[in-house]
Amino acid sequence: MKTAQPTSYAQAFLLSTACSLAGLGVWSLLSFLELFPPSAFPSPRSVAAGLGEELRTGRLADDLIASLFRVAAGYTLAVVLSVPLGLALGHRPRVRAALLPTINFFRSLSPLAWIPFAILWFGIGDLPVVFLIFMATFFPLVLTTLAAVAGVPAVYFQVAHEYGFRGAELLTRITLPAIMPQVITALRVTGGMAWVVLVAAEMIAGRDGLGFAIWDARNGLRLDLLVCGMVVIGLTGVLLDWLLSLLAKLPSVRWGYEH
Amino acid sequence: MNTNTLVVSDVSHSFGGALVLDRLTLEVARGEVVALIGPSGCGKTTLLRLLSGFYEPGSGSVERRGGTRMIYQQDGLLPWLTVTENISLGLRHVAGAAERAEQLARLLKLIRLQGFARHYPHQLSGGMRQRVELARALAGDTNVLLMDEPFSSLDYQTRARMRTELTRVLTLRPVAVVLVTHDIEEAVLLADRIVVLSERPARILRELRLDAERPRDVTDPTLRAAMKTIHEHLALPHDFDGDAPADEDETIGTTEASAWPG
Repeated sequence: MKTAQPTSYAQAFLLSTACSLAGLGVWSLLSFLELFPPSAFPSPRSVAAGLGEELRTGRLADDLIASLFRVAAGYTLAVVLSVPLGLALGHRPRVRAALLPTINFFRSLSPLAWIPFAILWFGIGDLPVVFLIFMATFFPLVLTTLAAVAGVPAVYFQVAHEYGFRGAELLTRITLPAIMPQVITALRVTGGMAWVVLVAAEMIAGRDGLGFAIWDARNGLRLDLLVCGMVVIGLTGVLLDWLLSLLAKLPSVRWGYEH
Repeated sequence: MNTNTLVVSDVSHSFGGALVLDRLTLEVARGEVVALIGPSGCGKTTLLRLLSGFYEPGSGSVERRGGTRMIYQQDGLLPWLTVTENISLGLRHVAGAAERAEQLARLLKLIRLQGFARHYPHQLSGGMRQRVELARALAGDTNVLLMDEPFSSLDYQTRARMRTELTRVLTLRPVAVVLVTHDIEEAVLLADRIVVLSERPARILRELRLDAERPRDVTDPTLRAAMKTIHEHLALPHDFDGDAPADEDETIGTTEASAWPG
């Protein structure tokens, strides 16, 4: 059941473009009115000039690549380890009883609390940031997978038993596809978290990357470059979420998003 | 030697020391539909699990000739598989790709959903999904079909259509059918025999044979007499002298013994 008229792609594109342009207009107006001093409120024009400068020197591309690499490494590691653990917890009440409180404990900790240890253990550079992204996304992914497994209707397992699915086949052909829609939703949510944590982690434990670029711009009082970094982070976040949202369009998971 | 497809001999079964089924004996031949009717929680679900081989009986024996398949109360299609893929689950053990493809085409034709082979379950109506489930259950070497209140989640009109559809399909592909239902009207419309079970521990209170021609009509006097007998055995209120038939769903309620142990 749809409550409103569905929007076509063209319509959605026009609407979101119009909205973004309106936002840009408000920004321009505020900087034109000089409600804040220009040194504390960079104009769109100065940010665009900063962006040009960053692109010419190639620093922006280097930072973006460094950041994307760290997110990819930490997040992939978290996904690869959390989903199997979530499956094990969902299927085995004893393992669940043993580990669930611990997982909840770590899930409740802000990943930023690990920053001192990240630096002490891994120094400055890629590793501490990868570690922090892992810590931010691993525990929520375990819990979502576990909840998804626990929520699989019993009738699917009865059908699986009746049609002779056992062991590994039961896992790959019944359990995994049954939880896939929820796992994909969790991937989108935690993918966003990874990107948010990245900036904070790179500010403190990085020597390059978009988060470090923002920190560096702040130290150099280059607010135009700071906003430039913010814009790139925001746009990349939108792009990453869009890429992950494509997973939800797979025909074999569409059922999980109907109704 | 007994030539029936499903033979249940003197089966008793207990859970945690409490007797659930008390010396049941039942035979179902190929092409025959036997309906089981009884009070909620009388052990019908346990009986179905014994018949399917999911449980071993505590005493007595269950003999099946050929494959046994189940149609579930809830939607039993796997939603991430297409109609073709769901039906193919039932053909997993059929040797030869050509043979499987041929059987698949025959089953799609049987349920008249050839145009929906590549659809996913969520793209189909409730009645269509039930037909796919029927095709999946009848795929391969199935000789015994167990149905656990199969139409209870459908709306009234779809349920009526599915009864006709089931009768049609079973004429073309006869198997031994055990139908568990709360719906007395459904039982008399579909069954060749109706077995009325007691409260726990379930015993057979009465077995009725229905010879009325198909398609059947609930206003048929022999069917109405059977319905009255069943109501009396289950000690349900009934009014068969009035103009309108009593609404079975209203009278009996639709709760199933889903909280059954095991």
